[in-house]
Amino acid sequence: MRKWECVVCGFIYDEAEGMPEDGIAPGTAWEDVPEDWVCPDCGVSKDDFEMVEL
Amino acid sequence: MQPIIVIGTGLAGFNFVKELRKLDKTTPVVMLTRDDGRNYSKPMLSNALAKQKDADALAMATAEQTAAQLDVTIHTDISVTAIDTVNKQVELADEKLAYSKLVLALGADVFRPPLTGDAVDQVYTVNDLMDYARFTKALAGKKKVLIIGGGLIGCEFANDLIAGGFSVELIEPMGRCLPMLLPEPASRSLQQGLEEAGVKFHFGPLAQTCNQSDDGVVVGLSDDSEIKADIVLQAVGLRPRISLASTAGLDVNRGIVVDRMLQTSAKDVYAFGDCAEVEGLVLPFILPLMAASRALAKTIAGTPTPVVYGAMPVTIKTPACPTVACPPAPDAVGEWHCDSDGLNSKCLFRGNDGALLGFALTGTACSERQALSKELPPLLA
Repeated sequence: MRKWECVVCGFIYDEAEGMPEDGIAPGTAWEDVPEDWVCPDCGVSKDDFEMVEL
Repeated sequence: MQPIIVIGTGLAGFNFVKELRKLDKTTPVVMLTRDDGRNYSKPMLSNALAKQKDADALAMATAEQTAAQLDVTIHTDISVTAIDTVNKQVELADEKLAYSKLVLALGADVFRPPLTGDAVDQVYTVNDLMDYARFTKALAGKKKVLIIGGGLIGCEFANDLIAGGFSVELIEPMGRCLPMLLPEPASRSLQQGLEEAGVKFHFGPLAQTCNQSDDGVVVGLSDDSEIKADIVLQAVGLRPRISLASTAGLDVNRGIVVDRMLQTSAKDVYAFGDCAEVEGLVLPFILPLMAASRALAKTIAGTPTPVVYGAMPVTIKTPACPTVACPPAPDAVGEWHCDSDGLNSKCLFRGNDGALLGFALTGTACSERQALSKELPPLLA
């Protein structure tokens, strides 16, 4: 499972954890996160996230 | 049609233009900036050392790249000398540019309380990418940093400098960390985390002088004590950049005064981000900036859209003690109820009817941030 980092504020979306509070189940792949979802910490949209290289 | 002119290429200016271009791909847009126009994230400036990123690594795009990507014109190294709201022109050193609409995304200046002494030029402030480049260049080979100011920026830099291998002392006159954003128990949790990481705090005195010493500088405090350091970073607050607007005759208060449409007192002139004041609120954070950029883009693209601020917690990026601050509105009536144990504080501000009006969380309590946000009323409905 991959992690995606918000390039503006550093918030990490972890596919394994999802975001249940936003209705995104654990295990939800980034591509399946709704396009209108925004970073919970700073509000930027999905296109301001980058995959974190391990 | 005259272009839309945007003054400022920070997160406010660039996000406004990005949002506008989703709705309007044809109206010409001209962006003016005092700096080199590189796109960067200001929140990342205070945790870049831990990630071992220098200024160049923090720049996400050059002005040329952004101009091509957004189909806009960007003029860098520009000084705007005046705004003529009657003739709808922006005045530069040697030309005047006409606008159909003008967006002021000017940001804020670092407040510099007066320090005297012969080493005042070795007191750094970091409020943009170029400041960060200067600061990190000056840090090379140094060991000890003295930070003046224990607010959000001071505490984040304290944590980041520790992570970067520096020794850090911090002076805060108001007696605790983030006094404007946190209730006391949360401040003390954050203080404990930073102290355990190695930060040495001096609460109470004011920094007054900065003079050269044999191997660095010495800062004199109001309690007659002195602190030696190699380099000093001052982070004591921001003041919205209002002078251009004020000289142009626009209403200003703490910030450039705008209505819910983000329009100033001059027709077709708008302002948002760190420079603006919406219904008395000056909120130098990203969540309100994003809400405003989206509303303003819709308004300027033709659908007047008032800005709405929901509950907007502020994340303080101090890995030594993660902290989330969601202070109650300035006129809220109620009390703090705090449950605090070492690094973990859960503080809830409840109105007299028991309604949740604000919160502050540190350590493990931060996991409750989303759930608590949902209980809060909007800041501006």
